[in-house]
Amino acid sequence: MSETPRLMTRTFAHLSDEAVVAMLARSDESALAELYDRFGRVAYGLALRILRDERLAEDAVQEGFLAAWRNADRFIPERGKASTWLLTLVHRRAVDLVRREDRRRAEPLTDGVDAPSSGSAEDDAWLRFERERVQSALKQLPDQQREALELAYYGGFTQSELAERLGEPVGTIKSRMFTGLARLRELLADPRPGEAAWKPTPYTT
Amino acid sequence: MEADALHDLTAAYALNALDAEDAGRYEAHLARCQRCQSELAELSESASALAYAADAPRPSPELRSRILEQARSERPNVVPLRPRWLRPVIAAAAVAACAAIGLGLWASSLSGKLDRTEADLARQQRVAQILAQPGSHKIAFSRGTLVVGADGKGALLLNQLAEPGSGRTYEAWVADGGAPQPAGLFSGGTTVAVPLDQPVRAGATVLVTEEKAGGTEAPSRAPFLIVRNTAQS
Repeated sequence: MSETPRLMTRTFAHLSDEAVVAMLARSDESALAELYDRFGRVAYGLALRILRDERLAEDAVQEGFLAAWRNADRFIPERGKASTWLLTLVHRRAVDLVRREDRRRAEPLTDGVDAPSSGSAEDDAWLRFERERVQSALKQLPDQQREALELAYYGGFTQSELAERLGEPVGTIKSRMFTGLARLRELLADPRPGEAAWKPTPYTT
Repeated sequence: MEADALHDLTAAYALNALDAEDAGRYEAHLARCQRCQSELAELSESASALAYAADAPRPSPELRSRILEQARSERPNVVPLRPRWLRPVIAAAAVAACAAIGLGLWASSLSGKLDRTEADLARQQRVAQILAQPGSHKIAFSRGTLVVGADGKGALLLNQLAEPGSGRTYEAWVADGGAPQPAGLFSGGTTVAVPLDQPVRAGATVLVTEEKAGGTEAPSRAPFLIVRNTAQS
């Protein structure tokens, strides 16, 4: 990618995700490169978790990022974080694909092995930290709530399909999803003592 | 579906766990329901946190270039932000045609109308000179055209632009690597010709903001129009 040199990308380093999306709304290609460098890997991990196929996962990531490129002017910062917006777009593409391909599975979340690390140490440390933080929050949810969230978010099942699959009324599934997400939010916002101060601060001298 | 039932779909929507029909109904409701908007913001944030719980191997290095290449091939010349146009923004397919018609309309009004102030006429003459230059470059966007002459002088031609708020003016800016420089004040109209007081070199960006009457030295709010001069110098 000779036309997006690292130098250009680096000029965005100090910008918030939201500011990068604002640049994206001006069709700034280096903003797209920056966004990919920030979230491409998480997005791919998510798509791969849902689709279980590298080619399809890359398709979902590509479609998600291009949807962001085309619709960046519709991003409303008051209604949520840029990372949420972007990951939601990728997730939606992945779920569409998995439904179309009917590749849905419902394996438990904790079945993966750590991928061989090929990125920068800081990058990996951050992703690992986030992964452990979210996994540990998930483990603290009651089983039924966790099951509903995992089947919906990673499995791509709709609420009606979940109701049928689990033999519960749709209302019960709705309420498990709601309570699960709300509880997850509290758990993620509320780091245990000793963890609060930890932040992956890059050391530059 | 009752409003309460629609509220109850927020979590499922945040998880993309609605079928197309329910999702459509929810979105229609969402546009009008502040409570759902703020609840969705919170629940979506929790849902997207789940993305981080998945293992994150690296995708192939080609994925990055594929995405950027595809984006480049789709790049529009302009993206209007928070437009104040009189009519809703038209479909992208009609962009080029509309700008061409706008240009023609404006050119005919230039020769036909005599009831303009001298300042208006002077502005239009400046614009006409740029238009008349051989090799001038036109960058069409959904509500107008940016014209840049071979000498770097530029003008904005805008169609159907609503008047600015009372006590306010539109201000054009040219950004060329640094802070945007003031490039002229103007108001709305059916066809508006704005000669730019700053040169518009290749790669420079023309912005328009709404400012207090008299204009400012630096934009005080987000531009509602951004056009990049995509001409090759």
